[in-house]
This record gives sequence, structure tokens and C-alpha cells, in this order.
Amino acid sequence: MSIIQIDQLTKSYRVYQKKEGLAESVRGLFRREYKTVEAVRGISLGVEPGEFVAFLGPNGAGKTTTLKLLSGVIYPSSGSASVMGFVPWKRDMEYRRRFALVMGQKNQLWWDLPAQESFRLHQQIYAIDRNDFDANLSELTSLLDVQKLLGRPVRELSLGERMKMELIAALLHSPDVLFLDEPTIGLDVIAQRNIQQFLKHYQEERKITILLTSHYMKDVSALCQRVVVIAQGVLQYDGSLSGIIDSFSGSKVIQLQLGLQQSSLGLERFGEILKTDLPRVSIRVPRQNVSRVLAEILNNYTVDDVAVEDPPLEEVIASLFHSISESTSQAS
Amino acid sequence: MQGSREQNRWLHAWATRWMIVKTALAEKLAYRGDFALGTLMRFLPIITQIFLWWAVFESLSPQDPTSGRISGYSFHDMVAYYLLTMVGRAFSSMPGLSSSIAKTIRDGEIKRYLVQPIDLLSFLFWSRVAHKLAYYAVALGPFVLVFFLCRGCFTSGWPDLLTLGCFIASLILSFSLGFYLEACLGLVGFWMLEVSSLLFVYMLFQFFLSGHMFPLDLLPAPFDTIVNYLPIKYLAYFPAAVFLGKIQGAALAIDMAMLVMWVVFFYLMSRWIFARGLVRYSGFGG
Repeated sequence: MSIIQIDQLTKSYRVYQKKEGLAESVRGLFRREYKTVEAVRGISLGVEPGEFVAFLGPNGAGKTTTLKLLSGVIYPSSGSASVMGFVPWKRDMEYRRRFALVMGQKNQLWWDLPAQESFRLHQQIYAIDRNDFDANLSELTSLLDVQKLLGRPVRELSLGERMKMELIAALLHSPDVLFLDEPTIGLDVIAQRNIQQFLKHYQEERKITILLTSHYMKDVSALCQRVVVIAQGVLQYDGSLSGIIDSFSGSKVIQLQLGLQQSSLGLERFGEILKTDLPRVSIRVPRQNVSRVLAEILNNYTVDDVAVEDPPLEEVIASLFHSISESTSQAS
Repeated sequence: MQGSREQNRWLHAWATRWMIVKTALAEKLAYRGDFALGTLMRFLPIITQIFLWWAVFESLSPQDPTSGRISGYSFHDMVAYYLLTMVGRAFSSMPGLSSSIAKTIRDGEIKRYLVQPIDLLSFLFWSRVAHKLAYYAVALGPFVLVFFLCRGCFTSGWPDLLTLGCFIASLILSFSLGFYLEACLGLVGFWMLEVSSLLFVYMLFQFFLSGHMFPLDLLPAPFDTIVNYLPIKYLAYFPAAVFLGKIQGAALAIDMAMLVMWVVFFYLMSRWIFARGLVRYSGFGG
């Protein structure tokens, strides 16, 4: 039984088309042209309890809009969704007590007060039992190592510390479902890794269901078993992270370590040379040609070592997004 | 069983409101220097206003300005009236409420209130109660001092208990009226995103028609009748007029009932605009 079920969910906005220049601005006072933007176009998917799912897609793909729909912040244009049996946009108080939304660029803590005071208010708002509150707060602050920062006004915290506090605020009431919208945006590598480790540990421990959007592939590869690719508001892929490479990458990378006196001359006929740093050479080869190319290279060149690898995930995703946007622009 | 669950819910709701008041008070006191200075500065216009009316009455009767009258108001009555409107406005004015609601919508901060099990309007209402409490704590001393210095202007002395009770009730109701009225303006932000011009027009009308600038019974016909039917007279003129005994008996009862009706009207109106706005809301600000 899915904890999140989305069927043919659609959300379109009407956006004012402002043209450039003063004359157009004046004209816009009297006559306005609107364009309908379809942010989400008929997405359907189900999420099982305890899954950690990543939403991937280029900017404006519809990821955040989908999270907003699921958290009940906006109404859909059509379609249906159910989270833990609730229709999100009915904003039932019981539903709101059982999920949390964390947006990397938005603040839910009181800016001028220590986070501790916001947490106390959360305890009251979510009607968290005092013992549960104390236990949760102590667990979360020690996992995120922020015990000493609880008394410091939020405005004086660094971005990474603030995000940790945001996560604590979101998890104090032990939600069953957590929506994370780019939780590591703008953070340095160490803060990113801390938050990844925390999320991984917390999710494994509590078995809560998490939907994450992120532009950082490291977030996704560290945390999520399942990846949903959305582009132009349409679901493009739903499966494992490694499956993306199988499905969307038509090539492999052959890493060669040539013999001492061996020249790399002529290797370009086998595929695109990605890097030459003799004696090492990387060649991108169409997937179906790999065994033939390997055999030919081994027959004609002195090779000390060879490895066949998948192309980097970032590259596959980038080319996937590129091809999607190209095909859409051609279609329109 | 049902009764005790209801009671628990009721207790929880009030405990939450109290917690919001406490947290908002703590936030207000975080910038105590700026807040105290801002509060005290609001007393400065009293001096200019008293000098202005002195100049007006002096031009009427240069020998003895205190003996002149404008529509039944002597100089002392005018000062007493002005001080009382200051008290009324200390309850009904809502600095920054509309613009902060519109900003919350425009920046997308409103999402925070939509995902938490909390009602935005109720949250803002109780935060505003906290702001007012902090304001009174700072302003009480200066208020007492000003009233003490001007005690000679209150020629009829303290009003009777019933009038005093109605005065206090009118202040509390004017707080609610001011809150829901400005909340309605702020919630227009769902459609307009920027409400500063709308707010400017409202403030302009409010300044003249709430009785803040001069007593509304100075207005010539038909404006006095029109103003009498508008809700904004309850924001400054009405509490002062009640204290000064200008509205009594049946007229007082009718006006109090009208004030309650306006509070209910703007409460429902703000709920309606909020509900409509949410349907329209597309989650601006990412």
C-alpha cells in the first residue's frame, strides 16, 4: 500500500508576459498578455512507506511544484494525490501534524530568537508530549552536533548551522513523511556531507518516507535508492540511480594504460578521446561497440592495463536533461 | 469523553496562543533599544498637535485662547480629545501588518504557515497582541506623564463606571477591528502582490476619517453622516467620544453594537479573502 499516491497530477500557472522596454511597459498597463505555463503535466507515481526518493530535473522542471502540491501549499489544476490517506490541499490539521516540509532557501525559525525558542513553540503547535520533545531534541541536536548553538539567535548562525536547526524543527514532531526541497543548497562540502550523513542515519533508523529534490548528485547517490527524473513537468524516468546510466547512456568509457613506448596515435578512430595523459588515455565508445573496440585495441596496441567504466553520473544526467529540452523545443 | 476531548482541544488552543504571545514578545524585546526609541518617538506629535490647536484657538480669540470654542470644543476639550485618540490608536493602529502579510505572500514565506498545524490569521492576531503588550509596557510611563501634565484639560473629570467600561470595551474591539481590517488589505496581496499604494490610500482616509486629526463632529453635513456609517471612526474617534461622554444611552448601545458588527464583518471578510486567496495562490517565491 503506497503512502504517497499521485495520479495524473497537473498544475498550470498563468504568467504575465512582460515585453522589453518602456513602451511595452506602458502598453502592459492597458493590455496584458498571459501565457499558461504547465509546471506539472500529468505525473503519476506511488511511493512505498520508508522509501527515500530523489526528484531530479533541471531548473523549472516541476520538482518543487510537485513538492508544493504534496505538502498542500498549492492546489492542482487537475489530477489527484493522496499522502497517508489525506488529500494534501485540503490541509487537514491531522495531515499537517504528520508531515514536514523543509525548503533550503526558506526559513521557518524566528530570525531574531535562539532556535530553542522556535522549538518550544513547535512543541506547543504540534502538541508534542514533553518527554518525547526532550528525547527528540536531545537526539537530533547530538546527531547534528548543535547542542551548543541552541541559545544563539538564528540570525547569528552560519547557513549550515541554520539548515541543521531547520531540520531539527521539521523533525521534532516525528513526521511520517518528510519533503526536502534542496536542503543542501549553498552549503559547503563539509556541511553538505554532515547533512547527508544525518539524513541517511535518521531515515534508516526511523524508516520515514522522504522525498528529496536536489541538484547535487552527491546528495542523491548518498541517500536515495530510487530516483524520479522530471523534466518539462513530465516524468521521464522512475527507477534506480544506476538504471539511469543503463537507460540513458549509450556509451561506456574505456580507460587505457598504454605500454611505455606505445603512442596513442590512431585511437581516435575508436571513439571520442576524453583525456590523454600518457600513458593513460580515456575513450568514450558506443556501448554496443565496446567488445569489438577492446579486442582491436588489444590486438594493435601495447596495453598494460584496461578498465571499462560507466560515464560519470553528472554527465549522463546533464546530457539527459539536454536531450529532453532539445526534443521539447523541436516539438514546439 | 467527547466533552473532555473538547476541553483538551480548547486548553491546547489557548496554551498555543499564550506560547505565540510569549515567543513574539521575546522577539520584540530582542531589539529593545530600537523598539523603546520608536515607541517614545510616537509621543512627539502630541506636542506639535497641542501647539497647532493653540494657534487655531489663538487666532479665534487672541485675548484668551482658552475661552474660544469650535463646534462646542474648547482648547482644553480639544487637547483632551486628542490625547484620548492617542489611546485609541495605541489599540487600533497596526503598523506594518498589511505590508508584512503581503510580503509573506510575495516571498513565499506563507508556506511555513500552510504546512504547520496553525492558522495564519490566528497566529498573526496573537503575535500582534504581544507587540501591543510590549508597546504598552514601554508607553505606559509616558502616557501617564502626559495625562498627568494635561489633567487640567479633562474638565469633567473621570467618567462613570458604565462609560469607563464601554470605553475599555471599545478599545479592545477597536484593536480587533484594526487588525482584521488591515489583515484584509494585506491579504489582497494574493492578487496584487504589492499593496503599498492601496495601503497609502487607506492610511490617508484613515488619518482624516478616523478622527485622529480632528473630532469627526466638526465635519459639515453630509460628511458627518457618511463618516458616521463608516467603520474607521471606531479606530480613534469613537473611544475618545465615549470617554468624553459625547455618546450616551441608546446611541452608545447602538454604536457598540455596530462596532461588534464591524469586527465580525471584517473577521469573516478576512477569512473569506484568505480562503479565496489560497485557492488562487500559486506558491510565489520558489
